[in-house]
Amino acid sequence: MNLHTFKRGIHPPDGKAFTNQKPIEILMPKEGALMVFPVSQHIGAPCEPIVQKGDRVLLGQKIAEAKAFVCSPIHSSVSGTVKDIKPMLTPSGAMVQSIIIENDGKFEEDPSIGKETDENDYKSLSREEILEKVKNAGIVGLGGAGFPTHIKLNPPPGQEIDSIIVNAAECEPYLTTDHRVMLEKTDRLVMGLDVMLQLHPKAKGYIAIEVNKMDALEAVTKAAEKYSNIEVIALKCKYPQGSEKQLIYAVTGREVPSGGLPASVGCIVDNVDTVLAIERAVVKNRPLMRRIVTITGNGVKNPGNYQIRIGMNIKEFIEATGGLTDDCAKVIAGGPMMGPALYNIDVPFVKTSSALLCMTKEEATLPEERNCIRCGKCVGACPMGLMPLELNQDALAKDYDAFEAHNGVDCIECGSCSYVCPAKRHLAQSLRITKRTVMGIIRARKEAEKNGK
Amino acid sequence: MENNLMVSSTPHIRSKDSISSVMRDVVIALIPAAIMGVVYFGARAAAIIAISIISSVIFEALYQKAAKQPVTVSDFSAVITGLLLAMNLPSTAPFWVPVVGAFFAIIIVKQLFGGLGQNFMNPALGARAFLVASYPTHTTGAAFGATSYGVIGALDATTQATPLAQIKEGAITVTQNDLINALVGNIGGCIGETCAIALILGGIYLIARKVISWKIPVTYILTVFLLTLIFQVTGIAPNRVPVYELFTGGLMLGAFFMATDYASSPVTPNGQIIMGIGCGILTTLIRVFGGYPEGVSYSILLMNLCVPLIDRYTRPTIFGAVKKAKEAKK
Repeated sequence: MNLHTFKRGIHPPDGKAFTNQKPIEILMPKEGALMVFPVSQHIGAPCEPIVQKGDRVLLGQKIAEAKAFVCSPIHSSVSGTVKDIKPMLTPSGAMVQSIIIENDGKFEEDPSIGKETDENDYKSLSREEILEKVKNAGIVGLGGAGFPTHIKLNPPPGQEIDSIIVNAAECEPYLTTDHRVMLEKTDRLVMGLDVMLQLHPKAKGYIAIEVNKMDALEAVTKAAEKYSNIEVIALKCKYPQGSEKQLIYAVTGREVPSGGLPASVGCIVDNVDTVLAIERAVVKNRPLMRRIVTITGNGVKNPGNYQIRIGMNIKEFIEATGGLTDDCAKVIAGGPMMGPALYNIDVPFVKTSSALLCMTKEEATLPEERNCIRCGKCVGACPMGLMPLELNQDALAKDYDAFEAHNGVDCIECGSCSYVCPAKRHLAQSLRITKRTVMGIIRARKEAEKNGK
Repeated sequence: MENNLMVSSTPHIRSKDSISSVMRDVVIALIPAAIMGVVYFGARAAAIIAISIISSVIFEALYQKAAKQPVTVSDFSAVITGLLLAMNLPSTAPFWVPVVGAFFAIIIVKQLFGGLGQNFMNPALGARAFLVASYPTHTTGAAFGATSYGVIGALDATTQATPLAQIKEGAITVTQNDLINALVGNIGGCIGETCAIALILGGIYLIARKVISWKIPVTYILTVFLLTLIFQVTGIAPNRVPVYELFTGGLMLGAFFMATDYASSPVTPNGQIIMGIGCGILTTLIRVFGGYPEGVSYSILLMNLCVPLIDRYTRPTIFGAVKKAKEAKK
């Protein structure tokens, strides 16, 4: 088999055996549960609440509207009463204005949304109708980035899309949701890609899967047979294979220019769960209200894959699955390479929550940082071709000019450098922090140049 | 429990490699050659190795105590320096020589420049160069063959300087027998440099364990071979046999264990190739045209000094830079 991949990268232990054989279970919020919907669950401007305290809302009803261009609306995932609208803690650690709804347990559906049994003939829909459905459904990149999908699907004129790639690499260790979706909702996923291809009829569709999911690869290949313009791509197992730029390179051989977007090389990349959400929005007229999450690791009693309602409380969810073990010391929202650690699990699931990785104290304790021994392993690991050891020195010296000259802003924060470092230096951490500062400096400089003219 | 959740920046998992695991691998890789050194040169070689390692570790610990730094001798880094230093000394050296060498390697070359990872040249080689310059009678040609220290040589022939010295004087012509002797280490030289097979085995172990890359040793050895071949064929140095040159002197020890020292070799893949080629050219030039019979240690030290420059001009091309460069041309 011809395996596609990118340059450099790392091979962390994949930890997927915890849950990759566990079918997706549906876990609904309990009656009386408080659902929390932060108005900012995406990249871009926050949306504005269109319900008020005391209102009764139905399942699927839009509760916050997207007014800005880069924005995405939010829908209630239960029926019930709006209890309050106030700032609440979110998984990112920030306090965000949130709509709090008490679940009445009836799951009474809003008449504006379609039935589960609906099957729209999407082939007869126009491009504008499809985009409108995706926008109204509140779909954002569910892989973690949270970029509003309707904007991604509709790049500015002049950027011809010839490849639409479903990111099914799932290269983050421990995560298995994409794997399970591909096995259990195979036809739906392929249909979702077909919907996207209808927006760009000249484009070819690719479903790119790492070969550690052979059963999924076979299932999807079979399901894609009847579509002449969809090809399944087998990827080598390597982290960060699922990083957008690395994936595009693996599939098409093209390099997204530094600072550029996938559309500039004719590509659209969307994650498995996002494509499924597009299919539900267009074919069934159902907005984004649920997602698939993995709860896994040695710190949880019953690892598994669950279909949950967005807005559910993470603490209550964990308890419903059987709870954490006594020695659980760290809960990560996402995978171990890029997911932020939660300092408080009393937060809601948002659109971009992909997993909860629970680690024991022994696993979570990081080794002590030592002198750089210049082994060069980080240089050999960086998928972006950077020299993390040098950027780390720039960062520690707060030499922002050098950091910029050494292309530090191209860092994708994948964490490969920190992973391989035998001296256990906090490379990715220092790069991430300094990258923010330097990007601010660059923005300010551009702003000043503009004003100067 | 929930109130005591640990938080840290990503990534939350780290590889099992650590400084001590890497250094331990280097020690393991050096052991076969060190054992062969003791087999050929006797108990005295073992004593030199022991003195060198122990004094390196003690100097490192003393310095770190005095500088109020955490004492890190358990990471095997000082052990490697001591072992490499001993392997670069003749078995006939007086016992104070490795002590002085260890002081120079650990205190002057390593610690005064910032300790682990900060030394701009290989500490063991720096110390060797210091010893050769300061005490030539105890460390070079004259030291070999001396019997006043009670050498328990396994073979008479081994208490001699490297055969490269005789080749230089045009005293011998290389036979097939010489080649086999060089491969197994039955020749004169420093404690750790004679048994080519043991050194190659150690080198392969390091490459297989991904402790070092193949780039420096392979390009180094290949360059010496090709350049010597050119000199032989063109008649510039007709008595030099390329294969023999590879297995004599300190080439194998230098290529696998000295030129690959992390702190004093390039971190970029292309830089490592330049390092290997540069060392190879300098070694051959010194052997053929220089005043010394052997050029491995000086060629590596000279290339060590070029490393910051090499690293600067061999950065990897960043992902997405292709387009950037094209646009800039427009």
